[in-house]
Amino acid sequence: MTVFPFIVVAWILLVGLYGMVTSRHLVHQIICLIVVQSSTYVLLLGVGYVTGAVAPYYFDVPNHTPAVDPVVQALALTDVVVEAAVTALLLSFAIQAHKRFGTLDPHELAELKG
Amino acid sequence: MIAAVHTPYTVPIGFMEALQVTVLILVAAGATAVVLIRKHVRQVIALSVYGLMLALLFLTFQAPDVTLSELTVGAVALPVILLLALAKTRKREE
Amino acid sequence: MTEVQRRWMFLAGAAGLVAFVLWGLLGLPGFGNYPGPYGPSILRIAVAQTNATGVVSAVNFAYRGFDTVGEEFILFTAAAGVSTVLRHLRHERERSAVDEAADRDVPPTSSAVRMTALVFAGPVMVAGWWLASHAQTNPSGGFQGGVVLATAFILVYLAGEFLVFKRFSPVDLTEVVEAVGAGGFAAVGVAAVAMSLPYLTDYLGLGSIPGAVSSSGTIALISFFVGLEVAAAFILIVGEMLEQTLLIRQEDSE
Repeated sequence: MTVFPFIVVAWILLVGLYGMVTSRHLVHQIICLIVVQSSTYVLLLGVGYVTGAVAPYYFDVPNHTPAVDPVVQALALTDVVVEAAVTALLLSFAIQAHKRFGTLDPHELAELKG
Repeated sequence: MIAAVHTPYTVPIGFMEALQVTVLILVAAGATAVVLIRKHVRQVIALSVYGLMLALLFLTFQAPDVTLSELTVGAVALPVILLLALAKTRKREE
Repeated sequence: MTEVQRRWMFLAGAAGLVAFVLWGLLGLPGFGNYPGPYGPSILRIAVAQTNATGVVSAVNFAYRGFDTVGEEFILFTAAAGVSTVLRHLRHERERSAVDEAADRDVPPTSSAVRMTALVFAGPVMVAGWWLASHAQTNPSGGFQGGVVLATAFILVYLAGEFLVFKRFSPVDLTEVVEAVGAGGFAAVGVAAVAMSLPYLTDYLGLGSIPGAVSSSGTIALISFFVGLEVAAAFILIVGEMLEQTLLIRQEDSE
C-alpha cells in the first residue's frame, strides 16, 4: 500500500503514451493526452497524503486536527481547470487542420506538404 | 495499518485503505479502457466515466476541492468540447 | 518505418522511461508518510493568520497567490487562442443564425431533455455563485464555481436553441467579463503595491469570525474575480465551438 498508488501512476502514464503513439485520429490522441495529464494529478495528491489525516478544512473539525498537505491540493486544483482550456485550444487546432487538409490521421498529416 | 498521526476517523484505517486500493484499481482499468476504445463517441463517454472515477479517487485521498474541479471539468465541460469538435470534423466527411 | 517497427521502438523507449519513473517514485518516503515541513507549518498558522477555514483556498489565493495569477493568465490566453484560431478564414462565410435555424431538418430535442435542462439551469447558477463566493470556508472557490456557472449556460443551450444561448451570452459581453475578471485579480495585487506593500498582500481588514464569508480579506475578492474569469472563458470556448459546428460553412461546399 505504500507504493501501490505510484505504480498506478506509472501505469496510467504508460497506457496514455501508448495510446498517443499508436493513434490514427487526432481527437483520439488528444483524449490520450488528457489521460496522461490525469496521472500527474494522482501523483500530486499521492505525495501529500498522510495516513489517518482529514481534509484540510477546519470548518467543522477542531483547529489543529492533523490534515493532509494543502499545497499539493492547491496545485492540482488549478491544474485541472487550466488544462481543460488548453485541451480546447488543441482541439481548435485539430478543427482547423481538418478544414485545411480534410483528414485527421496523423500519419497522413505528416506527409502532406502544404 | 499504522496511522502516521492520531486519527479522528470513526472507521478503522484498514477500511479507508481498502477503499483507496479499490478505487485505484478502478482508475487504472478506466484509463486502459479510455485508451483502447477507438470509436469516437464511445471514447468520449468512457472519458466522462473515467473523470467520475478520478473524482472518487480524489475524494478518498481527502481532497474535496480537487474532486469538485475534476467532476465539473472532466464529466461536463471536457466531453461537451470534445463532442462539438467531433461533430464539426464529422460533418465534412459526409 | 512500418507500424510494427514503430510499436517496438516505442516499447523499448517506454521500458526505459518506466524504469526511471519507478526508480524515482519508489525512492519517495511512501504513500501516507508525508514528512515535508511545508504542509504542517502552513496548517499550523493558516487559520490564525488569514481567518480562513479553507486552507487550500488560503494557499491558493494568499500564500501562493502569485502562482494563481500565472495560472489564470494561462486560462485567459487559451480562451483568446481558441477565439483566434477559430476565426473566419477568407474562404468561409458565416450563415446568419436565423436562417440556419429555420431550414435545419434535425429532429427536435426531446421534451424530457428540455424540461430537465430548464429546471436545473437556475439552481446550477445559484450553486455556481455560492461556490465562487465561499472560497474561504468550504471546499469551493473561484475555479470550481466558474466552471459550474459555465455549465449553467450550457444547460440553457440544451434546453433551447443556439439562438437562445447566443442571446444570453453575446460574445462581446463575455469577452468584457473575462477581461474584468483577469484584470481584477491583477488589479487587487497592484493596489497592494500602490499602498507600498508587497504584491497581493492582504490589505482588507480581517474580520473577527474565522470562516465567515467576509472575514478573510482579499481571498473572497480574488475568488470572485477568478470565478468571473473562468466562467467567461469556458462560455467563450463553448460558444466558439458551437458557432463553428453550426454556423460556419465553406464557400465551395454549398
